[in-house]
Amino acid sequence: MSTNREFFYRKLHSLLGVVPLGAFLVVHFMINYQAVQGPEVYNQATQFMESLPFLLVAEFVLIYIPIIFHGIYGLYIAFQARHNTSTYSYLRNWMFRLQRTTGIITIIFVAWHVWDTRIQKALGAEVNYDMMADIVASPIALILYIIAIVAASFHLGNGLWSFAVTWGITVSPRSQQIMTYIAMGVFVIMSFIGIRAILAFV
Amino acid sequence: MSEKTITLEITRQKDHDTAPYVETFKIPYRENMNVISALMEIRRNPVNAKGEETTAVAWESVCLEEVCGACSMVINGKPRQACTALIDLLEQPIRLKPMNTFPVVRDLVVDRRRMFDSLKRVKAWIPIDGTYDLGPGPRMPEAKRQWAYELSKCMTCGVCLEACPNVNSKSEFIGPAPLSQVRLFNAHPTGAMHKAERLRTIMDDDGGLTNCGNSQNCVQACPKGIPLTTSIAALNRDTTLQSFKDFFGSDQNV
Repeated sequence: MSTNREFFYRKLHSLLGVVPLGAFLVVHFMINYQAVQGPEVYNQATQFMESLPFLLVAEFVLIYIPIIFHGIYGLYIAFQARHNTSTYSYLRNWMFRLQRTTGIITIIFVAWHVWDTRIQKALGAEVNYDMMADIVASPIALILYIIAIVAASFHLGNGLWSFAVTWGITVSPRSQQIMTYIAMGVFVIMSFIGIRAILAFV
Repeated sequence: MSEKTITLEITRQKDHDTAPYVETFKIPYRENMNVISALMEIRRNPVNAKGEETTAVAWESVCLEEVCGACSMVINGKPRQACTALIDLLEQPIRLKPMNTFPVVRDLVVDRRRMFDSLKRVKAWIPIDGTYDLGPGPRMPEAKRQWAYELSKCMTCGVCLEACPNVNSKSEFIGPAPLSQVRLFNAHPTGAMHKAERLRTIMDDDGGLTNCGNSQNCVQACPKGIPLTTSIAALNRDTTLQSFKDFFGSDQNV
């Protein structure tokens, strides 16, 4: 066995982005979407999530540890690139650049978002409709939330495309092309769910 | 009588350690010129556009038919071969720069040694030497030979490395060309006997296959139209399977 773990770390980084983080983002957006049906329905959904057994362990194993690894290793990857979209303005080169930009936006947002919600909960605040409504009462916060929702949705959608290439699932140009359509479909659908949900708190 | 001229703006550099500068040249127009013949004209009469005597611009070229890769340079913003860059098809002033992803030796001459070192690292050859006659190797299916032939067109010109956003001073990435050669030599029935060894090299060494960020500039930039991103994706599949075999164990280690 070699001592160089780069192959393993890169593959792990790609996998964690889809499972559990991608799956978590989908569930998270779907629960947020409950707010569209009113504060009571949303509060019921969050209370159900909080009632799950082994919640703290599950949070660490499925969310915090993967996101810290994916985020930190992702920053290392992002800052290795020397972007050249002005010379090579091809679609995939833009996707390459946007994947890194949206990743950086998302990780910065997540740090703020976790501080504002999960850490406040740990300090005694109650997570409910009013908590979010208070946060997005500020137009600046609302705009930042919308930017981050679009960024995270793009990062997941396009990340699924990269995942398929990284693991050798889509090899032919044709399969990669179709995966581009699927990835952009995921981006649009996730953006819609996320933005409609956040606007329900306004 | 106004004589037609060609204007070239050349990014020059005395040696690797000195700062680059731009020098402009105006040379008389002839029909059917390429960038090489324009550079030859400057060499014949090394006088810049201001009329000052200067040193001749250094460049490299060998075959003059786009199969050796030696004359690669950045022409009007894009890396390509100077021999097939026809003056009549280029926008003027023609801007020539060295491919500075590689160490610049002088003017337009770069040192592509890292690519040749990479080919050695991945063992981009078919080992057929023995202490006795090994006889004929296994036959190669025609369908496979046809796509493998496309990969064999690689001339190590360096254009794909120049276009890649992940090949730079902050990264060790080996680049698309040598990776595609791994696929080529693993496809050969005799070369396949060292398949696992080649795959492990691009898995275990610094700057291996997983450094690819899928910007796919390489496949757009390649002057020979080599399906580099298909090679990379195919190697992703091969190395994924190889890593499973290596970790979980397999009776078949090739």
